[in-house]
Amino acid sequence: MIEIKNLHKSFGEEKILKGIDFVFETGKTNLIIGQSGSGKSVLLKCMLGLFTPEQGTIEYDGDAYSSFNEEQKRDLRTKVGMLFQGGALFDSMTVEENVMFPLRMFTKTKKKDLKDRVHEVLERVNLNDTGQKYPAEISGGMQKRVAIARAIVNRPKYLFCDEPNSGLDPHTATVIDNLIHDLTVEYDITTVVITHDMNSLLEIGENIAFLKDGVLAWKGDKTQIFKTEDETVTDFVYSSDLFKKVRVAQQRGI
Amino acid sequence: MNYLQSIGEYLLMIKGVFGRMTKGSVLKELIFKEIDELVVGSLGIVAFLSFFIGGVVALQTALNLSNPIIPKSLVAFAARQSIILEFSPTFISIIMAGKVGSFITSSIGSMRVTEQIDALEVMGINSLNYLVFPKIIAMLTYPFVIAISMFLGVLGAYTSAVLGGFVSSEAFITGLQEDFIGFHVFYAFFKTFLFAFILATIPAYHGYYMTGGSLEVGKSSTTSFVWTSVVIIVTNYIVTQLMLS
Ligand SMILES: Nc1ncnc2c1ncn2[C@@H]1O[C@H](COP(=O)(O)OP(=O)(O)OP(=O)(O)O)[C@@H](O)[C@H]1O
Ligand SMILES: [Mg+2]
Repeated sequence: MIEIKNLHKSFGEEKILKGIDFVFETGKTNLIIGQSGSGKSVLLKCMLGLFTPEQGTIEYDGDAYSSFNEEQKRDLRTKVGMLFQGGALFDSMTVEENVMFPLRMFTKTKKKDLKDRVHEVLERVNLNDTGQKYPAEISGGMQKRVAIARAIVNRPKYLFCDEPNSGLDPHTATVIDNLIHDLTVEYDITTVVITHDMNSLLEIGENIAFLKDGVLAWKGDKTQIFKTEDETVTDFVYSSDLFKKVRVAQQRGI
Repeated sequence: MNYLQSIGEYLLMIKGVFGRMTKGSVLKELIFKEIDELVVGSLGIVAFLSFFIGGVVALQTALNLSNPIIPKSLVAFAARQSIILEFSPTFISIIMAGKVGSFITSSIGSMRVTEQIDALEVMGINSLNYLVFPKIIAMLTYPFVIAISMFLGVLGAYTSAVLGGFVSSEAFITGLQEDFIGFHVFYAFFKTFLFAFILATIPAYHGYYMTGGSLEVGKSSTTSFVWTSVVIIVTNYIVTQLMLS
């Protein structure tokens, strides 16, 4: 469980997060949604300690991140898997080396045994034959999947995903969503997913935080979000034509 | 004020580089990769430049020595002094600021803008140590490059002066040994070590702390080249003042 309380973050004069409280639950896929530029990635980076918030606390299973010493922070980070918005694959390494990297850094296992684990996760993201290629030689969607493989290879306790399925075709996007959800349940981990994708909302929206103008504008789950009358939420969720039509149909009782 | 801040930031970076170490086996691999990329990869251009500049230095001296009282061996003496004292250590380093320096800035800078450095940090890796330490260690072999440059510079001087028919081979060899001061070689290599450190760290600083996108990567490579050369030139002046005068 990750609990954030009264989180504030600004860059210079610009206030990005203006006091956010939320609980990300264990064993559930927690979603952060909101318009582009609303501070979703900044929130995630604050939780990871890449940005230091001016005010507020972040508690990992009850322990405040700010109270950790260097050793504890490092320890926490070995338990974190992160998928960056742009993938952030190391472009000087092959796909296999990328995925193996967190394992190599923190385990004493021989390279051969690591390879088995790497192949296992590459298989889970449907990438069996790309191991020897470099990130620049594979498609954007494939890069994304490699990045997911790298994030989960070390069996993290906390999994953070910044737009895991942007740039993927609908089929692969669903596969990835389900993968994230399965892992969350299987390993009973705390998963935080930033998404723009309304399908993800439908599929894996078990605990949703909706950010608007730096504050938490709404929270709930996938059944609630499609029923709510809260206009800020409906404006956002039903901004796509398809969903608008579905909404109209629903209201007419079709 | 801004400069002071940058200097402070640079010093903090150096401290971070020597902070928590990356796993030994990984570090070893990185060091060999950097030696290959930064040092071995520069040998070709350094060899080419050194040979021809050495040649031209001797040629110029020979052409300008019209006074019959001055012995022709002076050509070799002048070439040796200028190559060992300044040309090889200092000017080759300036050229390396362009080659190795911009490579370091752009490779670290592009890792910054594509969040690869964040990815390292999130994994609990000291990204400064991981990225910069192997470069500093690899650059410890840089004095070999300069030694090769000195040798080829003198060889170039010999070729142009002797084969060009300006000086006899004996006179050239005599001139080469004339008033040889061992301390000059020590001085040259001492400053080469300093330049190696500068060449590894200042470009790394410019890459590591950059913000923005790929356009800024290009810009910071240019800034990095300017600052690396300026620092090399100033350091050269100070070291020379302290050691030779
Ligand atoms: N390192 C930074 N320095 C300064 N400003 C930043 C930085 N990172 C983000 N911002 C600003 O914070 C705001 C929120 O950015 P953020 O990346 O969190 O948006 P987002 O909600 O993730 O959007 P998207 O859905 O497009 O990814 C933006 O206005 C951005 O300019
Ligand atoms: Mg974002």
